[in-house]
Amino acid sequence: MATTEEIRTDLAEIVNEVAGVDTDDVQLDKSFVDDLDVDSLSMVEVVVAAEEKFGVSIPDDEVKNLKTVGDAVAYIERAQA
Amino acid sequence: MGGTTPRPALRPNTGVAHARVLGLGAYRPSRVVPNSEVVTGIDSTDEWIRQRSGIEERRWATDDETLRMMSVEAARRALADSGVDARQIDCVVVATVSHFMQTPALATLVAHDLGTDQAAAFDVSAACAGFCHGVAMASDMVRGGSARHVLVIGAERLSEQTDPSDRGTAFIFADGAGAAVVGPSDEPGIGPVVWGSDGEQYDLIRSREDWRDVLTSDSPRMPHLVMQGNAVFRWASFQMAKTGLQALDRAGIGVDDLDCFVPHQANNRITDAMARAMKLPGTVAIARDIVHQGNTSAASIPLALDRMREEGQARSGDTALLIAFGAGLAYAAQVVVLP
Repeated sequence: MATTEEIRTDLAEIVNEVAGVDTDDVQLDKSFVDDLDVDSLSMVEVVVAAEEKFGVSIPDDEVKNLKTVGDAVAYIERAQA
Repeated sequence: MGGTTPRPALRPNTGVAHARVLGLGAYRPSRVVPNSEVVTGIDSTDEWIRQRSGIEERRWATDDETLRMMSVEAARRALADSGVDARQIDCVVVATVSHFMQTPALATLVAHDLGTDQAAAFDVSAACAGFCHGVAMASDMVRGGSARHVLVIGAERLSEQTDPSDRGTAFIFADGAGAAVVGPSDEPGIGPVVWGSDGEQYDLIRSREDWRDVLTSDSPRMPHLVMQGNAVFRWASFQMAKTGLQALDRAGIGVDDLDCFVPHQANNRITDAMARAMKLPGTVAIARDIVHQGNTSAASIPLALDRMREEGQARSGDTALLIAFGAGLAYAAQVVVLP
């Protein structure tokens, strides 16, 4: 089972690829919209890439609850459990 | 009944081995509408619209630029480009969601205006995917022998079906027409179509209500187009990338053999996400007509092809992947060799 840090690192690479955000900036307390400038369309791309990478399903209704990187990592951890 | 002589077997139709696109044409309506004009009705900015969709301006039709007029003009240009005379056209197909006469089909008027010899004519309702549906049918008609030359037209006036106060759609939709002449070819020029629909997602993009609901309403108004943007984005960007790759595979070519990528001009962000998901090499020219034209539904692919040819990004003999998707959710993709 992947650790929180491993998931964060992989997610940071996805956010970097989709939105060009520096991977070091993708920390658990960062808000996707306010801190990382990831808009809702980019967020959809991040979510789809994360679904493939982590083998989980993240429905559209859940996406709006994933405000911070920490929210997304926690959701992926729960979904993988 | 009761005869002693068995009836003869029916004579089958015979067509030709291959079909291709012989010519293309487009009509862009005259009114250029910048973002600064559409933001007056919505809480938005020029910068937000560009960042969100790539659109800088769109074309809207004037009162004189009717659906019929734009269709005929685009078709005339496609005929001229192909060198085919209107009297050689056996079938006219108009893909549209903007023809407000329930019946007859707009295609019958267009076939008449063009001076065809009473060509078969009908409309196709497949929303933004309509043009690629038409090309697929035209190819099969030519190969099957039902027609030797087919005119496929995509034409829309979405501006009048757009709610100017809907922040999700007011800046997207536009007007225009594009056309292709499909006919016989010595070599395969239109690859197998990959198409389908997903009626479970019928509500994602649709008219707000049907005409009976409009007529019984206390305050009747145009049933504007409504759309769930993020869900459409997800479907279009990722499911359609797979459909595009399937169309390449069915045509027997790889991404490295492709010259032009011409997706329905729905949103530049969808185009970007699809190109990324398909891992298209940098050598492939990508259609960006939406920047100056907006989203014209069934007309967007022939309009985009027109600009790419005009600007030298697409040349005769190039392979182009056409992929169209929209309400329904209906979709269709095929590889074509450009005229």
